[in-house]
Amino acid sequence: MNSDILNKNKIRVILSLLFALMLAGMISVSVSNEVYAASEITSIEDRIRSVDTGGLSADQFKVEPKSVGFPPFAAPKLKAKDYSKIMGVSSRSIVWVVAQMHLFFAAFVLAVPLFVLVIEWIGAKSGDERYDDMAHECMKISMTAFSITAIFGGLLAFALFILYPQFMGYMMNVFNTQVLVYALLFFAESFFLYLYYYSWYAYRWGNKKWVHLTLGLMLNVVGTTILLLANAWVTFMMAPTGVDDAGAVTGGIWEIMRGPLWNPINLHRFIANIAFGGAVIGAYAAYKFLSATDLKARAHYDWMGYTANFIAILAFLPLPFAGYWLMAEIYAYSQQMGITAMGGILAWLFIVQAVLIGTILLAGNYYLWSGMSRTKGSERYTWMIKYIAMVLVTCFLIWVTPHTLILSASEMKLLGGSHHHLLGPLGIMPAKNIAVNLMLIFTFLSFQLYRRSDKEITVGWAGFGNALMVSIYVVAIVNVIFAGVYYGYFTNTVYKVGSSVAQVVSTLVVIIAGVVIDTYMFKGAKKLPSEWGKVSNRAQYALFALPVAFTWLMALMGYVRSSVRTNWHVYTVMKDNSPDNYIPAIGFAGNMMTIVTVLFLIFVLFIFWVASLSDTKQPKPDFLTGDK
Amino acid sequence: MNLSIRKVQSGAVLFNVLLFSFSLTLVFTLVANLLPQVEGEAPVEVEIDLSAMTMDGFVSLGESIFSGKGTCTLCHNNMGRAPDILQLNMVATSTERMADERYKGAAASVEDYMRESMLDPSLYVVKGFGQKGSNDTVSPMPTANKAPILLTDVEMDAVIAFMQAKDGNDVTVALPEGLPEKSAEEQAGASAVAAVQGPAETAEEALGKFTCTACHAVAGSESMVGPELNAVGNRLDKDKIRESILNPEAVIAEGFDAGMMPADFAKKMTISELDMVTEYLLNQKGGQ
Repeated sequence: MNSDILNKNKIRVILSLLFALMLAGMISVSVSNEVYAASEITSIEDRIRSVDTGGLSADQFKVEPKSVGFPPFAAPKLKAKDYSKIMGVSSRSIVWVVAQMHLFFAAFVLAVPLFVLVIEWIGAKSGDERYDDMAHECMKISMTAFSITAIFGGLLAFALFILYPQFMGYMMNVFNTQVLVYALLFFAESFFLYLYYYSWYAYRWGNKKWVHLTLGLMLNVVGTTILLLANAWVTFMMAPTGVDDAGAVTGGIWEIMRGPLWNPINLHRFIANIAFGGAVIGAYAAYKFLSATDLKARAHYDWMGYTANFIAILAFLPLPFAGYWLMAEIYAYSQQMGITAMGGILAWLFIVQAVLIGTILLAGNYYLWSGMSRTKGSERYTWMIKYIAMVLVTCFLIWVTPHTLILSASEMKLLGGSHHHLLGPLGIMPAKNIAVNLMLIFTFLSFQLYRRSDKEITVGWAGFGNALMVSIYVVAIVNVIFAGVYYGYFTNTVYKVGSSVAQVVSTLVVIIAGVVIDTYMFKGAKKLPSEWGKVSNRAQYALFALPVAFTWLMALMGYVRSSVRTNWHVYTVMKDNSPDNYIPAIGFAGNMMTIVTVLFLIFVLFIFWVASLSDTKQPKPDFLTGDK
Repeated sequence: MNLSIRKVQSGAVLFNVLLFSFSLTLVFTLVANLLPQVEGEAPVEVEIDLSAMTMDGFVSLGESIFSGKGTCTLCHNNMGRAPDILQLNMVATSTERMADERYKGAAASVEDYMRESMLDPSLYVVKGFGQKGSNDTVSPMPTANKAPILLTDVEMDAVIAFMQAKDGNDVTVALPEGLPEKSAEEQAGASAVAAVQGPAETAEEALGKFTCTACHAVAGSESMVGPELNAVGNRLDKDKIRESILNPEAVIAEGFDAGMMPADFAKKMTISELDMVTEYLLNQKGGQ
């Protein structure tokens, strides 16, 4: 117990030091900019001349410094020699690895308290202590992850300041005091995190539980605010607002933050973080399940794994729609940027994305089907599994079908053209939209069947409810296929894009209607016996496939999001003239993604091990108990 | 005893989990490495000597800007994202557009119209290609002399010359004199990079400069217009490769037509560029 407290104290000390270090670094850069400005430049005109403006006067910038409260500062124009390098290693690769590690852990530690709060609330409302125990166990894992997040955050800050000092100087100047608010929020986050975790059992019952839930809420408010502030930096780099063509600040901080891509990224990351966090917790439960030696522990971790998987898949289902909104906003902001992502050099990696999402959906479905063995009530539905599997596999194959393949002249001659007769129609977006939407609909069907497996519905309108649900499925599936085929192949491009909205709506209607109808139908339903822990070990590996694919997917989409800026640090405002200003080939990027994924997995397994260690008590040795 | 069993089991679980997770990661890596490997190069800053520029050279410059720095081909292609102006006779098309009642510009000549369409693309939006919700009154095309494209006036003139010359029309644009003028963005303080190409320093650069990848599948390209070159080192020796570049009509690959490949590389390529490209192609032995 004492050593446990000692370890926790050590972690706290390290964390405090790191935050202090980060804060000091940020303040010093911010201050150094000001000191530099004050000592070297005495007027706005001088400031403008301090960056190479091509000999233009201050008037030609058309900036009204007084209106925004601080002077304009154009983005620096850098040459290749202005970039630092450490021991010949690519600066981009260093930042790539460190930033990605920080983002993985940040996503995890910001997401876990979100669903932990909901789980705790369910436990408080229902009186089922399993929920409360699970919520606490999730937070225990999150605590170690929090330290690792801070370590990588500190490393990232150092890497950026050392390797890209001018860029960071410019960004600090643009975001100004927001940077300090951002740093101070870490203190608030730590404050509520420690209070929330360590007061768990002190505030467990009665009114004190509501105090505890309020602490959790505050933790999430701060955490989500940190997410939104960090996103503002990313979206400013992609679609800058509040600055003029030369990068000089012309608007207030709110204008700078509220770029066209800010809210789409906020929503996308918020949902994706929950799915990612749920998947990692699911892997923890699977790890504990496989390591468990008694049935009670297996039952507990089986239930925990199921709940975590439920969270991950539920958050994952609306994610494509958030992604769709993000891409639509990217196209609206700059068609060129949109095409670079979807139809240009980066288009090929959407094949990899299809493989990853396909893996997630297949693993999620497999886990649900395996889990149906927990209850005998599932026998009513098992006949459907093979058909669902067939649809999923067929759709997956269509989704990964490329539009073009590299062929030799003789192969082209054999085919009678550069496109295989199947690749032509199956490789284009309408076919893929049909496949994706059907995969989502059928995944929801698996989920719905699983939820119904241990219930016998007793409401009088059960027949009507089932008929309604089947009708909704049929209409939605027909609509998804019809919209995709008719508008995708027999009308022009404008309708092709528009039809995907109808498909998305059909899928959403199935999901929402399914949840609503089942909620009412399950009222007073007879609960059939189900045995937690009665699931195959093989099913647990599906719970590992999810975070592995999620992690790789996050790395992949981060690469796309970052690459659409092409050779710009801040799109259209600050050019990237570093030796790494090209978009790397997908093979190289894939190797980088594997490196960060493997690193993350190793750290995650370390976290699982540490969490297990805190449950382990060494028995008192014989020589101390006096036994011979 | 129980503890030791648990330890053994935990070790086995850890090993299995790691093995499974790493194997899955490797599958994803493999898929990424099996796909065509294309790098998105940033425009290379090269000084050009405009005093020695001929009209043919100026048209070629326009063509390279069109597919390079200008990023025009990103949208203006046969994918339906924007009018396929490479297939249209843009002199005739411009005349028709200027007479259209939807035209809001003030151009008096085709040359002016083309320049105007780069500087203010919304003055005439082709039906079906306007920004969503704008009823074809706002063009999604970026302004050519602003970021991220940053074409200079000379570079825009070169593109106009290419647009006029590609269909055999007279080129009305005057040859530039002296150094290129600065674009509006350059004047505003942002850096601009001329993507005009001088002697290539690497084989890949030369392949890009002479637009080999536009027709041949090589160096990440998957074009099928000309013979695939990813494994040309298995089919041809050094002399044959040199001959194919310098005199492409000498041997026509099976399944392809004569007269497709430019026959003037002997005049355009430097000796070192020819050597680099030949050596590069000789080493292309994979994929077949």
